Amino acid sequence: MADVLTFTDRGIYCPAGDFHIDPWQPVDRALITHGHSDHARLGMGRYLATTGTAPVMRHRLGEITLDTINYGEETQIGDAKVSFHPAGHVPGSAQIRVEVKGEVWVVSGDYKTVADGLSEPFEPVKCHAFITECTFGLPIFKWTPQDILTQQINEWWATNAAAGRTSILGAYALGKAQRLLTTVNPDIGPILTHGAIENTNEVLRNQGITLPQTTYATADITAQTHPGALVLAPPSALGTTWTRRFGPASTAFASGWMALRGVRRRRAADRGFIVSDHADWDGLNDAIKATGATKIFATHGYTSVFQRWLTEQGYDAHVVSTDYHGESLETSEASEA
Amino acid sequence: MKDFATLFTRIDESTKTTVKTAALADYFRNADPSDKLWTIALFTGRRPKRTITATRLREWAAEVAGLPDWLFEESYSIVGDLAETIALVLPPAEHEDDQSLTYWINTIKTLSTLEEEDRKAGILNAWNSLPTTQRFLFTKLLTGGFRIGVSAKLITRALAQATGQPEPELTHKLMGNWTPDTATWETLIEADDPTADLSRPYPFYLAYQLDSLDDLGPPADWNAERKWDGIRGQLIIRGGEHHLWSRGEDLMTDRFPELSTLKDYLPDGTVIDGEILAFADEKPLSFNALQKRIGRKTVPKKLLTEAPVILMAYDLLEHEGKDIRDTPLKDRRNHLKTLINQTPNETPIRLSEAVPFQTWDDLAKARDQSRDIGAEGLMLKRLDSPYLSGRKRGDWWKWKIDPLTIDAVMIYAQAGHGRRANLFTDYTFAVRSGNDLVPFTKAYSGLTDAEFREITAWVRKNTLQKFGPVRQVPPTHVFEIAFEGIQASPRHKSGVALRFPRMSRWRRDKPMDEANTLEDLKEMLATYG
Repeated sequence: MADVLTFTDRGIYCPAGDFHIDPWQPVDRALITHGHSDHARLGMGRYLATTGTAPVMRHRLGEITLDTINYGEETQIGDAKVSFHPAGHVPGSAQIRVEVKGEVWVVSGDYKTVADGLSEPFEPVKCHAFITECTFGLPIFKWTPQDILTQQINEWWATNAAAGRTSILGAYALGKAQRLLTTVNPDIGPILTHGAIENTNEVLRNQGITLPQTTYATADITAQTHPGALVLAPPSALGTTWTRRFGPASTAFASGWMALRGVRRRRAADRGFIVSDHADWDGLNDAIKATGATKIFATHGYTSVFQRWLTEQGYDAHVVSTDYHGESLETSEASEA
Repeated sequence: MKDFATLFTRIDESTKTTVKTAALADYFRNADPSDKLWTIALFTGRRPKRTITATRLREWAAEVAGLPDWLFEESYSIVGDLAETIALVLPPAEHEDDQSLTYWINTIKTLSTLEEEDRKAGILNAWNSLPTTQRFLFTKLLTGGFRIGVSAKLITRALAQATGQPEPELTHKLMGNWTPDTATWETLIEADDPTADLSRPYPFYLAYQLDSLDDLGPPADWNAERKWDGIRGQLIIRGGEHHLWSRGEDLMTDRFPELSTLKDYLPDGTVIDGEILAFADEKPLSFNALQKRIGRKTVPKKLLTEAPVILMAYDLLEHEGKDIRDTPLKDRRNHLKTLINQTPNETPIRLSEAVPFQTWDDLAKARDQSRDIGAEGLMLKRLDSPYLSGRKRGDWWKWKIDPLTIDAVMIYAQAGHGRRANLFTDYTFAVRSGNDLVPFTKAYSGLTDAEFREITAWVRKNTLQKFGPVRQVPPTHVFEIAFEGIQASPRHKSGVALRFPRMSRWRRDKPMDEANTLEDLKEMLATYG
């Protein structure tokens, strides 16, 4: 039987339906798993995404031809039956299920299996072949449970506020920032946001997602006007002159990479909170098992290690080369995850 | 152990010295004396004897975590620290047991008397009863090496805050061969040490690199000397004893036994600032010769004859028992000269002679000869300058020669360890030889973070082959490699070894076929080797 999906230098391609999934080169028809910029790119003829992903794509990509689809809704494209299912990565994010002549393949996009209180929770989808990310595909990555994480962040913020310090927290503008917003305790102090995050907040609020009150940190907002504030900013803004107006401050990053002491120290932040919108080691393994798939393709992350591990577990596992970045501390908006 | 883990976390989380010092001082005020002593011991490089090999620890951790050995190794190569890797891959502890640091160290000590099965049971039990950070620290104790960004200086400062004793006194107290088995908090820290004064060094005066000769004023105001490439040291002769301190406040007396004769020829109450050099026939030997002596606590006879050392004296800080650092350099040097002239020629000390010059142009010419006579460049010191402490601008400048450089092609890249775990930062470079590329050096430093990120992204996309953690990449990018010296080396394919190679520039302007050749490299070896 012909493969349901193939891997080309433009992206993941479905010959039966003549469409691409999360392509990185211009194509006619693109199905998009979620709005991060390494998955939803400019230059496609037309797009299909979930109703939850559409607003942020329009916000980021401007005038595009975009159709929307609800989770679980089935649509026929050429000879392929296509549906979108929650990936738990960020609000609106989806795994894309493609069925051709009874053979089912699923593209995970980016995903995580634990509920974050904001994104639609991950739903395992039965399939024959599963195309998975493995950004954190090593057994050293195990995420802090959400309740402990919340407690850690609140404690850090409250301690700083009591000592007259601003708390500056680096987190991705789409997803991570809002996830943190819904977990912190807004009674501790005012919450200020960097423009990149506030813009995304507005998009999400407009589509009906409830977030605590935030104040866009314009130039006139300082440590004097908002003492004891929590400032949310993209990782790239930390350590720049932008943060100076907040006076004495404690800085922190919220990322899966913070599990590694060396990475945390190299970023020279005061604190590192271990939190990611990608699956950790157990999450990846559980998710794969739940699909019932026998054939696995690893797209980005520790692919070769993860492939070997899966092969030893009895899967028919492969590495495919893509242009997705996963979670990175090293780049800014251009490749957030 | 909980207190110790809290201390560790406070130190580890902060990049600010004041915060680290405060955390240590708190600990030294409140912790159990035995734990305090062990903490000082660990942070100053004294650790319990290794009772279990790293290989066993890896096997046991992989077994408990249910991982194949290769996957454990892959994880280790990303994390870069064995104890951290173990702490991360193990399943969560099933019960918590808050015992003191000393308790766990004693546990480790008793392990050495047990059969392997029992040792294993002991370790597994510890892993299963400690939360992640404590588990990491416990495993760190097993694997040795406790570097966590706490210098001896920081320990001393914190101890000074906690005990009210002056820092130099504490510095001295912490020197020497004590261990927590031979000392107690009381005898080591609290008790008065009457000999502390005798070996106490003065803080070193350090110079900045000269930016421009323009602001120096008349040449006649300045003394120029060679900048020797050895180990800066301070020789102290008091009470009939001699002590040799390094700039890092390490006591190096025993490493250079030939210098002990100096106390016979120089009077009591003499402190000299100078450079330890491997030296024969009135000429410095290459740094390579000295390198063999570094890190050796005892020196075999053969090495003493192969690489004898002298003190190349720069300055006199104490004369006839008096601190003379405030008197002008000119006068200090005169006293120094008189002292050295009184010693017989076979005494291992020389005066670092002034380099004569009338104009700055003369001096520039003298600087150009540095490499030929085995010097790193020149030191410029104002003749009326006092001996200050620490790195200061104005009166003293170093005027180093430019490094040697060669344009080379990157052919392999490897991810860094620890702090640089998710970046490709360690590269292998080659020069051209006909149609071949001959690797000749590795380099890890010199680029900006932004450049490392850019290259990392490029390496990810352009890997030709993987050899374990090493990626072969197409020979595309040319870098200027700067280095301080070049020597013949039969161990290297290229036949040369470089001293202190680093990337000085990313030559984006140069295509691969304009990189230097093996011939160029051999020519440099002939000229500078």
